[in-house]
Amino acid sequence: MNNIFQDANRQQIAGRRRMDWVLHILFVVATSIGVVALCALIIDILVDGLARLQPDLFTNFPSRKADGSGMKSALIGTIYMLLIMAPISFIFGVGAAIYLEEYAKKGRLTRLIQLNISTLAGVPSIVYGILGLALFVRLLALDRSLIAGALTMTLLVLPIIIVAAQEAIRAVPKSRRDASFALGATKWQTVSRSVMPSALPGVLTGVILAMSRAIGETAPLVMIGALTYVAFLPKGITDSFTVIPIQVYNWLSKPQLEFKELAASGIIVLLVLLLLMNFSAILLRNKYQKNI
Amino acid sequence: MEALININKLNLFYGAFHALKDVTLTIPEKAITAFIGPSGCGKSTLLRTLNRMNDMIPGTRIEGGLSIGGTEIYSNEVDVETLRKKVGMVFQQPNPFPKSIYDNIAYGPRLHGITSKKELDEIVETSLKSAVLWDEVKDHLKRSAFGLSGGQQQRLCIARALAVNPNILLMDEATSALDPISTLKIEELVQELKDRYTIVMVTHNMHQAARVSNQTVFFLNGEVIEYSDTEKLFSNPADQRTEDYISGRFG
Amino acid sequence: MPRQEALTVRQSQTESKQELYNFKNKRVSVMNKLMPVLLFLCASVSVLTTIGIVITLITETYQFFQKIPIFDFLFGTKWSPLIPPKSFGVLPLLSGTLMITFIACLVAIPIGLASAIYLSEYAPKKVRKVIKPILEVLAGVPTIVYGYFALSLITPLIQKVFDSAGVFNALSAGIVVGIMIIPMVCSLSEDAMSAVPRSLRDGAYALGATRLEVALRIVVPAAFSGIVASAVLAFSRAIGETMIVTVAAGSTPNMTVNPLDSIQTMTAYIVQVSLGDTPHGTVEYGSIFAVGMTLFVITFLLNILAQFIARKFREEY
Repeated sequence: MNNIFQDANRQQIAGRRRMDWVLHILFVVATSIGVVALCALIIDILVDGLARLQPDLFTNFPSRKADGSGMKSALIGTIYMLLIMAPISFIFGVGAAIYLEEYAKKGRLTRLIQLNISTLAGVPSIVYGILGLALFVRLLALDRSLIAGALTMTLLVLPIIIVAAQEAIRAVPKSRRDASFALGATKWQTVSRSVMPSALPGVLTGVILAMSRAIGETAPLVMIGALTYVAFLPKGITDSFTVIPIQVYNWLSKPQLEFKELAASGIIVLLVLLLLMNFSAILLRNKYQKNI
Repeated sequence: MEALININKLNLFYGAFHALKDVTLTIPEKAITAFIGPSGCGKSTLLRTLNRMNDMIPGTRIEGGLSIGGTEIYSNEVDVETLRKKVGMVFQQPNPFPKSIYDNIAYGPRLHGITSKKELDEIVETSLKSAVLWDEVKDHLKRSAFGLSGGQQQRLCIARALAVNPNILLMDEATSALDPISTLKIEELVQELKDRYTIVMVTHNMHQAARVSNQTVFFLNGEVIEYSDTEKLFSNPADQRTEDYISGRFG
Repeated sequence: MPRQEALTVRQSQTESKQELYNFKNKRVSVMNKLMPVLLFLCASVSVLTTIGIVITLITETYQFFQKIPIFDFLFGTKWSPLIPPKSFGVLPLLSGTLMITFIACLVAIPIGLASAIYLSEYAPKKVRKVIKPILEVLAGVPTIVYGYFALSLITPLIQKVFDSAGVFNALSAGIVVGIMIIPMVCSLSEDAMSAVPRSLRDGAYALGATRLEVALRIVVPAAFSGIVASAVLAFSRAIGETMIVTVAAGSTPNMTVNPLDSIQTMTAYIVQVSLGDTPHGTVEYGSIFAVGMTLFVITFLLNILAQFIARKFREEY
């Protein structure tokens, strides 16, 4: 019985096992670096910023003195920008996804659009800022306004939304389309009444995630000149504005320690906002997953 | 029995693949016609040409004549949506929409413009009764269709097809995913429906064809080998290949 | 039977066969004609965006090169756009960008790849379920937050180790950019590895290979194109990163190889100029576009390269 194992080189095998074990440990360590970094980041920010997380932060405008300085205009600016860009990017993003998945013929043009979308997703965000500066701020003379910022961010998140919506639409089984067509539904009836209701939770999840990407973006808005010091609330879409990450950047670039604490507390607000959005996206996904 | 569907030298290609070869066939009205044959023989393909579901597969090309009640359905003037309203279809896997039982049935009528609640209620009730599902679901029409068993889901799909008031009902191996009892129920249902509808069914189960249908068509490699009264085809087939198939020598 | 009665009621409106099977009443469906056009317009926004970016960059860069010779821009070694004597040689910005990128890739590619191997080949399901969302969170943290992280934690640490390190230095920014792109490298590589069929692994295990041997000799080679593509994308992401370098790497265009020095990247320069209210039409304003063009061309080529690599070698198994 034991004979068949005899010619095995036990030493060699033990060596290979040891190698496996050593690298296993190394892989675990590498993986935990990401986790440790995240923990360090969160703790660092909480330690610095919790003290400043007072009601003042939400009710006061920014000021030259760190004491009593707040981020009311930034918070409101972020919310306004979300409210403007969410519907615009939803309509264009989902429209494009429906076109590509349901209508487009498999041809050169479609491949080109698809390639273009995946390439756009890799363009640095600051390049979108340059486009926004030239197109919306200068050419369309929207100046450094809320609408110019929202449109720039819309262009930035469109590729993300399109890709997510395409995936959601593709996940709707073909049998559901067949069933609808077999009842004599037209293409648009099938898409709007049968495919989209099933795809909607997935689409919305993608839209929320794209929005959470947008509210954390700083560079493109710096480019189009979202002002760093705004001590008023925008009254219309053509007013100038600021958003949370820009306010944080402003505080961060001041040398005094008090402003650094303000920046940390601003980051806490930003992260909580992001967490809420991501959490709702996950809830949405889990709730409707069974119906796909 | 009067011929309702006339198929004349029909050829169908998927790209370079010749899926249906010179199919010539008539299908009688208000009767059950079964398509049998080994898998890949073209029976489902032909079924899906009858309501032009093949249109959606890119690279499909069709030559030859296919008329229903005298209308060439592949002519340019034909409106596919109207065609599919008149020619209903039930699929291999039950495919209810993720909606309530009521909304599943009402989906088709709503598409075709019926909005009155009273009218919809009536259609839902008659359709479910026709599909012998009414008694099982009448008390919870608002529940999700996914809560039904496989057999019930398939009957729901039949009811959904009936709700748009078709004249022809296509069934694509509609019982192959079901257990024997559900299968039996659907076979009984089909027997009842044939007084009102022209039914064409694809089945991989010869016994089902023998039990249920009035006419049987035997397909092989994209060709119609033989078609005749079911009784005649099974007891006294004209072609050797048919005999080989029904006696279980291949397929 | 009530069922039969009901049916009779519904079908009582007897039509002649001609009417019954006349499918030719083409409905005028506005939606069916209109929607494809509208949806196509939505899809074309993405193409228009690209065209807009290209046209904007080309026209403004062209005007910039009317004033500054293209040769001086591409090969000049001094970048001093604001303080006279003005000089527009892009190489210092490019070298600053490349330094950050190399440091970031040195951090992100080994760690990301090792994490991917761990998650794909070693980790029990439960561990994977915990780690993957954490990495997703790490990927979703805004870059300005990473900038804060670099400035408030990593830089002081570096200063403790190296006395010569300044408050703004390339090393700190590079490390943090690296941490930021770990999740991207990890998840793209892991996708590539999990696409390797089970049967390949089984074959190797049946020959007596250890997990490490399966991972390094079977899975990694089979997934190699995906892994390389993820590395190229990581490189491109690091080049385009803006806020971390703006906050932590400084604003001194500097041709140096010392990672402890303060440098300036292309992206940080663009931010610096747009913060100071530079008037339209000046050379400084034009320089944003010239630098932006350089950035866009490099990242665009890298992205195309990554897609090409991923596609070219996809059907190997």
